[in-house]
Amino acid sequence: MGKQAQAVIETDALTKKYNGEVAVNRLSFNVMEGEIFGFLGPNGAGKTTTLLMLLGLTEPTSGKARVLGINPIREPIKVKGMIGYLPENTGFYNDLNASQTLRFIADLNRLSREVADERIENALTMVGLDSEAEKKVGAYSRGMRQRLGIAELLIKEPQVAFLDEPTLGLDPDATNWMMELIAQLCKEKKMTVLLSSHLLHLVQRVCHRVGIMINGAMVAQGPMDQLAKEKLGIGKKKYTLEEIYMKYFRET
Amino acid sequence: MHGITAIFKKELADHFSSYRFMILFALIAMVSLITAYMAGLNIRQDLAGIAKPQFVFLMLFTAQGALFSLVQFVAFFGPLIGLILGFDTINRERNEGTLSKLLSQPIFRDAVINGKFLAGVVMITIMMVSIILVITGLGLSMVGVVPGAEEILRILFYLVISIVYVSFWLGVAILFSILFRSIATSALAALAVWIFFSFFVSLGATVAANALAPDAQESGPEAVVRHAQIQKAFTLVSPMQLYTEGTATIIDPLKKTTRSIVLVGPMERISLSRFSGPLPLGQSIIVVFPYIISLIAITVICFAVSYTVFMRQEVRSV
Repeated sequence: MGKQAQAVIETDALTKKYNGEVAVNRLSFNVMEGEIFGFLGPNGAGKTTTLLMLLGLTEPTSGKARVLGINPIREPIKVKGMIGYLPENTGFYNDLNASQTLRFIADLNRLSREVADERIENALTMVGLDSEAEKKVGAYSRGMRQRLGIAELLIKEPQVAFLDEPTLGLDPDATNWMMELIAQLCKEKKMTVLLSSHLLHLVQRVCHRVGIMINGAMVAQGPMDQLAKEKLGIGKKKYTLEEIYMKYFRET
Repeated sequence: MHGITAIFKKELADHFSSYRFMILFALIAMVSLITAYMAGLNIRQDLAGIAKPQFVFLMLFTAQGALFSLVQFVAFFGPLIGLILGFDTINRERNEGTLSKLLSQPIFRDAVINGKFLAGVVMITIMMVSIILVITGLGLSMVGVVPGAEEILRILFYLVISIVYVSFWLGVAILFSILFRSIATSALAALAVWIFFSFFVSLGATVAANALAPDAQESGPEAVVRHAQIQKAFTLVSPMQLYTEGTATIIDPLKKTTRSIVLVGPMERISLSRFSGPLPLGQSIIVVFPYIISLIAITVICFAVSYTVFMRQEVRSV
């Protein structure tokens, strides 16, 4: 992170109500350029709803959001073109193979044939699926599907990536691989990553800053060292993220 | 137009490679072959004593073989094509988790539904055109008649109405696939609507007419007319009826009215008995124009409802 790091994602009192029930409550947070932001919180805290609002897929009841300086409600197409989104439990067309799946994504992003060919090849190599590219996705294992999900995201070469539980249901080896890939993408491709996960020890390893969301509200955000100092009174390297998280969780 | 071509292309490819489509196509090709063959056999017998037969070619489509003519077949089973092509359009994507990913790509939301509907309509067009070509070819070799220009025009017109009719059912199926999350529910709901309109509407029309104009036979001609009018009004609720009436004079030039004999006025009756020649195409169209317009209208309305519901659904529930 440079000194003049800019906010890539900004929200101001973002609120979403579903039939009067508050899902996201006056949420304000920033994600800076080039960082990995750990988006934590229990199930049903409103993380996915927040991501959907940032993508312009759902309209906030009130409040403002900006992604790369663009209002996602006003210009959803533009925003969606710049964000790579890996939904939780993402699905695939089982009758297509990996190359066809990626080709379809490239078509939806209106990439020219040459650009698409190149990106598909690079993405498949990067996630290690190049040898399985002609196999139908229906025959893929959970780990391979998740890799393909990342490949889909890479096709867009997005500036920002939203990863919603990318390690859900993966074995320890695949989980480690996934986390390393995320760190690598951030470093090499200068991608800003918004990572939602429950695997706190891994989040602690790769994330620069975290935000903890409980019951639709952001109860804490900042670098982990700072949160540890405020909440636990311990200095650097002596805490685990789990301790901080549980402390916030019990208090709310 | 963002994304609509990409989705259209993918859907079309999916349709072509799906087993569902092949089974459907085999079934329809088989039935149309049999119907045409039967009709061809009958036509030769029917025309045996006639000196100068007219519109023989069109009889391939309207002549009842052993069971039914092709026109009746399309009216009855055409809806199934639309329903089978569309009943899992949106909810399959939803259940497999591909819809939220699709919508997170830089496309407008309506591109999804427009692309899918368009691909369905193209499939329907391909099916209908090939059925008609099969029958034409078979007719040429069996009966040995070459269609005249007007006959070809009539067939084309019939083709367009049929495509609209089947597309209406595609629209119904897509609407159910948006409303119901479960694929089985949407399939059953669509089938239920089809059965309702094919069997129960005509049944209900008679019941309603009997209730509203009881003892019509004894109460004199006015009551009989009222009975017939009520019955007709009720049957027109059914798209199937609209289609049957809408294509009646188009495909059969010797038919000059869609009304039952009870409802035909005195002047019309005189002209019907005096001029026994076929109706020109323009006049045939005028007779059934209201039906055709209604058919197009309900198709558009059905699609518009699906479109609105889909656009307003919260993505969280997607």
